[in-house]
Amino acid sequence: MNHPAAGSEKTGFPLPDEMRQAIIAHARDEAPRECCGIISGKEGHPVQLYRARNIADGNNFYELDPAQLIQFEFEIMPASGTEIVAIYHSHPVSPAYPSSTDVKLAYWTDAVYVICSLADPDRPEVRGFRIDDGDITEVDLAASS
Amino acid sequence: MSDSVEITILVPTPLRRFTDGQAKVGVKGATVADALDDLNDRFPGIGERLLDDDGQIRRFVNIFVNGQNVRDVDGAQTNLKSGDEVGIIPAMAGGRGL
Repeated sequence: MNHPAAGSEKTGFPLPDEMRQAIIAHARDEAPRECCGIISGKEGHPVQLYRARNIADGNNFYELDPAQLIQFEFEIMPASGTEIVAIYHSHPVSPAYPSSTDVKLAYWTDAVYVICSLADPDRPEVRGFRIDDGDITEVDLAASS
Repeated sequence: MSDSVEITILVPTPLRRFTDGQAKVGVKGATVADALDDLNDRFPGIGERLLDDDGQIRRFVNIFVNGQNVRDVDGAQTNLKSGDEVGIIPAMAGGRGL
């Protein structure tokens, strides 16, 4: 199987500051609900951020609208020669770390899961992880591209 | 009859490891369930990711036929006709807690 070697391109994900700020803004707009969206890219590098609809009920869960997701995956990304390289969502009152629910439902194993915490409203925190078969690996969002 | 109904399956990135990297796969089937069975015959192992033991679409999988979610039609028993595109999309979901 194709397991990336240690030190490969999968260890970092260079998130531009404007995308980081856009994620924080989306999280604040959507609070107390969780927000969600995706980042398109090429070869693991981010190109464009898309806000998406969270169709889940309540404030402790997100599910990106599958009608939007199917357009992203099969229309928008192929037309632009990109792919989904990251998925972001917010944790309005909990840490920027994958919850057990995040791990259980991490089906997009090639993407970076970016989580924005508003637990300290004045100091939002944004971190990124790869989640694969229950294993959580933090990725360096400050990595140079 | 199902052998005459030719369908295109759109395979999402996370499941392309089952399809040798192919994003589109041609199958045959008169219903969504039949088409997914044929897909699994060609690429063993993918079917159990999509349907549960009762043959129902898994909670965190969505299947669209020509852009319509089959949960709004007849689920796995939704009828297909030649030329239909069946898009598979695993959920992007999670959060602080269920």
